[in-house]
Amino acid sequence: MEVLSLLGQGFAVALQPINILLVFAGALVGTIIGMLPGVGPINAIAILIPITFALGLPAESSIILFAGIYYGSQYGNSISSILLNVPGTASSVVTTFDGYPMAQQGRAGPALAMSAIASFFGGTLSIFFLIFFAPLLSKLAIKFGPAEYFVLMIFAFTALSSLTEGNTLKALASALFGLMLATVGLEPQGTTVRFTFGQLKLYDGLDFVVLVIGFYAVSEVLNILSETQVGGEVRKLTGRVMISLKELTSSLWVMLRSSISGFIIGVMPGAGATIATFIAYSTEKQIVDRNNTFGKGDIRGVAAPESANNSAAVGAFIPMLSLGVPGSGTTAVILATLLSYGITPGPLLMQNNPDIFWGLAASMYVGNFMLLILNLPFVGLFARILLVPRWVLMPIVATLSFVGVYSVNNSAFDILLMTAFGFLGLIMRKTGFPLAPVILGLVLGELMEVNLRRALNYSNGDWSTFFQGPIVIILWVLTLASLLLPLALRRLTKRAKPGKLQGE
Amino acid sequence: MKRFMGAILAIVVWSLAFAQFSPKNTECIAPADPGGGWDFTCRVPAAQVMAELGLIPGSMKVTNMTGGGGGVAYANVVTQRADDENLIIAASTATATRLAQNVFAGFTADNVRWLGAVGADYGVIAVSNDSPYQTLNDLVDAVAAAPGDYVFAGGSAIGGWDHLKVLLVMNEAGVEDLGSVRYVAFDGGGAAMIEVLGGRAAAFTGDISEVLAQVEAGEIRVLGVLSPDRVPALPEVATATEQGYNVIGANWRAFYAPPGISDEAYNFWVDAIKQVAASEEWNTLREQNGLAEFALFGDDFEGFVRDQVAIIHGISEDLGLLQ
Repeated sequence: MEVLSLLGQGFAVALQPINILLVFAGALVGTIIGMLPGVGPINAIAILIPITFALGLPAESSIILFAGIYYGSQYGNSISSILLNVPGTASSVVTTFDGYPMAQQGRAGPALAMSAIASFFGGTLSIFFLIFFAPLLSKLAIKFGPAEYFVLMIFAFTALSSLTEGNTLKALASALFGLMLATVGLEPQGTTVRFTFGQLKLYDGLDFVVLVIGFYAVSEVLNILSETQVGGEVRKLTGRVMISLKELTSSLWVMLRSSISGFIIGVMPGAGATIATFIAYSTEKQIVDRNNTFGKGDIRGVAAPESANNSAAVGAFIPMLSLGVPGSGTTAVILATLLSYGITPGPLLMQNNPDIFWGLAASMYVGNFMLLILNLPFVGLFARILLVPRWVLMPIVATLSFVGVYSVNNSAFDILLMTAFGFLGLIMRKTGFPLAPVILGLVLGELMEVNLRRALNYSNGDWSTFFQGPIVIILWVLTLASLLLPLALRRLTKRAKPGKLQGE
Repeated sequence: MKRFMGAILAIVVWSLAFAQFSPKNTECIAPADPGGGWDFTCRVPAAQVMAELGLIPGSMKVTNMTGGGGGVAYANVVTQRADDENLIIAASTATATRLAQNVFAGFTADNVRWLGAVGADYGVIAVSNDSPYQTLNDLVDAVAAAPGDYVFAGGSAIGGWDHLKVLLVMNEAGVEDLGSVRYVAFDGGGAAMIEVLGGRAAAFTGDISEVLAQVEAGEIRVLGVLSPDRVPALPEVATATEQGYNVIGANWRAFYAPPGISDEAYNFWVDAIKQVAASEEWNTLREQNGLAEFALFGDDFEGFVRDQVAIIHGISEDLGLLQ
């Protein structure tokens, strides 16, 4: 029960008036930043670092504020995904799959409410894991080497099967295109530059933010421009704004499973929230999607990625705090902040700076409650954004996209790149190529290649390294199950109800 | 007489320098994402300490310009902002390494003006605490006998600074075929350390600041520090030189300025960096962050960078790392 008394100490830190104020400010700023395409928590935190120094805030207060911005943005970034089909970051791409169809059907309210509840669920459950299993999980993260990461990426790739609604060949082509884009830039490990055309700005490869905003936001704006009846159309809001009890209970297990898998993937410093959302979505599609409603406005398709990405965001704190290895760009900035306070995260952080660890954990509980209270009442208001005519909304989206993307690297080249991807995205939409597999391919391609190279470097080119060790075997079993179970289930259901299927 | 007039002129110009150049809307470019060493160099010694010491008016803007391992910022400064006198850019040994290996699209160290360094992170070679190797000699002898059996993990790319440090030590140890020394690159020192903790890599090559937390926790054992003298943070660890390998690997943290600035502006910034390096504010922060003292400014620093670039270029050429 030592944990409980330490957590009590943590709450003593988190419930100081200044820290309550900061967690509220962080959550609010984070939500707003999450809503804006392109602008991420990383920029906001970088801007605030000198201000927290100037104000003389203690280290735990700064980290409470920054963490609030981080998980707050995870709440906010689903809003534009659901309402406008415009994800602001790669980790909210999956939320568009069912969130946007729901909004089109006039069910934006329940979708937004579900997203807030799933975020809360994932956020708070993962803090529980953080408190009780942090030392254990950091050991697991150490066991994860390049071979394990490579097979994890293979497993994540099976998520593709859930994105092939419609034309499988086109989805595969999209994924392949994503993998090709992943090869742009300096090859992992070495010094050879690929497909940069002498452009220094492409040395580090394509920026996810630029690609996601170009592909989704810009191409959506272009798509609407290209439609014949311009602008006049206004979306309806039918029925309830709030989520029903039945919708909530149907998503309970979905949220539980997605939070757990999201958290574990978040703990791995080399994976990340985007992969967590793809894995959670495809897993749930295979487990609960009996009537093939995923991708057509199934509320559980919103619950899965939203609980997974919030849970992964909390999980990313474990390697940062206990190993000093940031699992995401945002945790890297928070790590740098701690360092400049003279606090070095590492195995002894929990002993040497209990106020930081427990104060942060307790403040995350406080922050998640605030975010739920902050987000739920506004669901109706946010949903009303849809009542704004498209000719007003879309120029705003375009403006925000340009400003957001420019702000990431202060680079006009990024804006050109984003626009080019916008046009490409438009062509792909018009010709029926799905966009999500490109993002999946790009995210996984880079990680697959670099980990393949590292693993083979270790084994001196021996491929059997990918079949050794318990973690690798478990991942292969999961991969096979994910590929074969749906086929087996389909065959079973076909045998059970032959009449119904023939009728379709 | 001419020389005398020149000296007078120089003194006049020099004394005018502080009167004439007054910075405004100062900016520091960190050529990488927030959270790394360059970002720290801009935000702490430059933006924070210079403002605290009242060296610059108001506050300094920090811009992150990511790409090409610092190459995007380098190219941008040389071509677009060549005469911006209010701009300084963070740099480190990694910058010199890339300049030496010609990966900045044709730009060289002579394209900018080097201002001065505020500290350095000395290199370390470390192993996991359950490793059988107790000294750098143990490890180096084992690797020299069978290089194929050992992998070094580090946070920089192949041919990068962490890799070069291993090769410099092996070279001193008399290993002929440096290409046989195995190295796997990870994204940063922390990720590379996980490989050593997980038992996949034999040894870690990185900087002191990267290992301190794990050393304190007893997870990692440092075998040798690549510094001229023992460092206060690791007093019981022998330097590589003490163990017979004359290698000093300093990852310095410094600044450069655009090429076209006036001497007044150049002198202003050199002096500002000098004052930062001497200040109590910075020295406290420097020690907290595991950085050693490393004070070189103005022409001295410019000469140092040129020499280092030449040395690294030579090693890289010998190793076949140049394209």
